[in-house]
Amino acid sequence: MAELLQFVFSGLTVGAIYALVGLGFTLIYNASDIINFAQGEFVMLGGMTTVFLAAAGLPLPVAALIAIAVTTGVGLALHRLAIEPARGSSPVALIMITIGASIFLRGSAQIVFDKRFHSLPPLFGNDPIHFGGATILPQSLVVLAGAAVIVVLLWLFIERTVLGKAVVATAANRLAARLIGINTRRIVDFSFAVSAAIGAVAGILIAPITLTSYDVGTLLALKGFAAAMLGGIGSAGGAVVGGLLLGMIEAFTAGYISSNYKDAVAFLIILIVLVAMPQGLFGRAKIERV
Amino acid sequence: MLIDRRHLPLTALAAIVVLAPLLFSSLYYYRIAALVFIFALAVVGLNLLMGFAGQVSLGHAGFLGIGAYAVAIGPTYFAAPPWACLIAGAVLSGAVAFAVGRPILKLRGHYLAVATLGFGVLVSIVLTNEAGWTGGPDGMNVPHLVLFDWTVRGSAAWYWIAGVTFIGGFVLAENLVDSPTGRALLAIHDSEIAARMLGVDVARKKLMVFIISAVYASVAGSYLALFDGHITPDVAGFLRSIELVAMVVLGGMGSVFGALVGAAVLVVLPQALTVFQDYEQALLGLLIMVFMIFLRRGIVPTLATALAGWRR
Repeated sequence: MAELLQFVFSGLTVGAIYALVGLGFTLIYNASDIINFAQGEFVMLGGMTTVFLAAAGLPLPVAALIAIAVTTGVGLALHRLAIEPARGSSPVALIMITIGASIFLRGSAQIVFDKRFHSLPPLFGNDPIHFGGATILPQSLVVLAGAAVIVVLLWLFIERTVLGKAVVATAANRLAARLIGINTRRIVDFSFAVSAAIGAVAGILIAPITLTSYDVGTLLALKGFAAAMLGGIGSAGGAVVGGLLLGMIEAFTAGYISSNYKDAVAFLIILIVLVAMPQGLFGRAKIERV
Repeated sequence: MLIDRRHLPLTALAAIVVLAPLLFSSLYYYRIAALVFIFALAVVGLNLLMGFAGQVSLGHAGFLGIGAYAVAIGPTYFAAPPWACLIAGAVLSGAVAFAVGRPILKLRGHYLAVATLGFGVLVSIVLTNEAGWTGGPDGMNVPHLVLFDWTVRGSAAWYWIAGVTFIGGFVLAENLVDSPTGRALLAIHDSEIAARMLGVDVARKKLMVFIISAVYASVAGSYLALFDGHITPDVAGFLRSIELVAMVVLGGMGSVFGALVGAAVLVVLPQALTVFQDYEQALLGLLIMVFMIFLRRGIVPTLATALAGWRR
C-alpha cells in the first residue's frame, strides 16, 4: 500500500508537468490549429535561464521572473517570425517549422548555456515528508500547488475576462470571431505568449526534482502532447487530467513492470487513444477520420 | 529529339551517377555521395506516401531502424547471409507497416502525423532497451555485405551500389506514379471523398503506398547499417524521422527528382556545418525553418516553375 502511494506521489508530480505542457499545446492548438512541437523547449528555457541567472548572482525569484519573461518573448517571436510568415502553409509544413524551431532553440541553448545537467535549490528544503508510509518531497507539493494555481488562473481568465472570451471565440470559429471584431492574430500572439510562460513556470518548478539540461525539451513536448491527446485535443481540462493520468501510468509502469519501458507508455497511449477513441477522454466530438 | 522526353529524368539521373565521380577528389566524396543516394532512396518512398497520396509519416525512421537492425542481428546471431537479412528486413517492415497502417491510416492530418510519430519512437525505445539483442544505446557492429564471394567494403563500392539501387527505386516509383494506382493516389491527395466516389478503394491504396514506402525505408536502413559497419538506435530516432520528412518537403513534395535534391541538401549541409561545431544544431534548425517558410513548395517544383516562366 505504501508502495502504491509512493508511485501515486511521484506520478502526480511528473504528471503535473505533463499537464502544464499539454495545457500549452491546447492553448496554441485552439487558437491556431498548430501543433507546437517547440512547447518542450519553453520548459527547458524556463529552467535553464533561471539556473544561469541565479548562478550569475541574481536572487532566485528575480531570476525566475526574468526567465519567464524571456521565454514569453521567445514564444511571441516564434509566432511572429516563424509561424506568421508561413500562414496558409500545409499542416505538415507548419509542424516542420515548429520542429525546426525546437531544434534551433535546443542548439542555441547549448551555445548560450552549456551541455551539463543543472538543478535549482528547492523552495522548502529537501527533507521528505512522511505520509502513510510513503514519502513526498516538499518540492513535489510546490509543483502540484503551482500547477493548480496556473490551472485556476487560466480558468478564471477564460471565464471572467473579455480577452478570455475572445480566446474562446477564436477557438470556436476563427472567421466568425474576426467578423465580430476580434483581432484573431493578436489572440494567437497571446496564446503563444501564455503557452510559453506556462512552459517556463513548469520548467522552473520541476528543475529541483528532475534536473534540467539543454535537451530535456523533446521528450517533454512529446509527452505533453500525449497528455493533451489522451484528454482529448482542444480540451484544457482534458489536458490536465490527461497529464496527471499519464504521469501516474508512467510511475506504475516504472514501478511494477520495467523502468526501461516507462517512456514507451506515453507513445503506446497515443496510438491506442488515436485508434480506439480519437476524441480522447474529454474531447469535442469533432473526429477527423475518414 | 535524341532521347524520349519521358526518359529524360532517368537519363539525367544515370548521367549524374556515372559522371559525379569525375568531380570526386577523395574517398570522402564517395562516402558523402553514397549517403545521399541511400537517404534519397528512403525519401523516394516517403515521397510516394506524402507527395502523392498526401499522407504524413513522422515515424519513418522506425522502418529505417528495422532494416538496419535486420542486417545487424541476422548475421550476428543467426549466421544468416546479409543480403537475405536485407530482404527479411524489408518483408518485416512491410508486415509491420501493414499491421500498423491498417488502423492508423484511417486518421488524417495532425492525428496521422502524431500516430506515426508514436510508432517511430516506440521502435527506437525497443531498440534502445533490448540491449541483449541490439547492444542498447551503444549500438552494435554490422558484418560486411557479401555478394557471390565479393565482400562489399569501402566508400567507392557502396557509392555504385547505392547509386544503382537509387535509380532502380526511382524507376519503380515513376512507374507506380504513372500507373492507375498513381492516379488513384493523386485523387486521394486532392479529395478522399471524391476519390471514393470515383470507385477508388481509398483505404487499400493508402495502405499499399504506406507499405511500399516502409520497404523503401527498410532497404535504405539496411544499406546504411552495412555501409557504416556500426549502428545505434539513433537511426530510428525521432530526429531521423524529421530529417526524412524535411528532405521530402525540401526537395519538393510530389517530385520524385526532388527526393535526390532534398537528400543531397540535408546530407551535405550538416557535413559543411561541422566546421561551425557548436553552432551546428542551431543552424540546422534555423535552416529548416527558413526553407519551410520561404520555399514552401520545395526546391525542385519552385525551380521548375521559374524555369517554365523563363522559357516562355
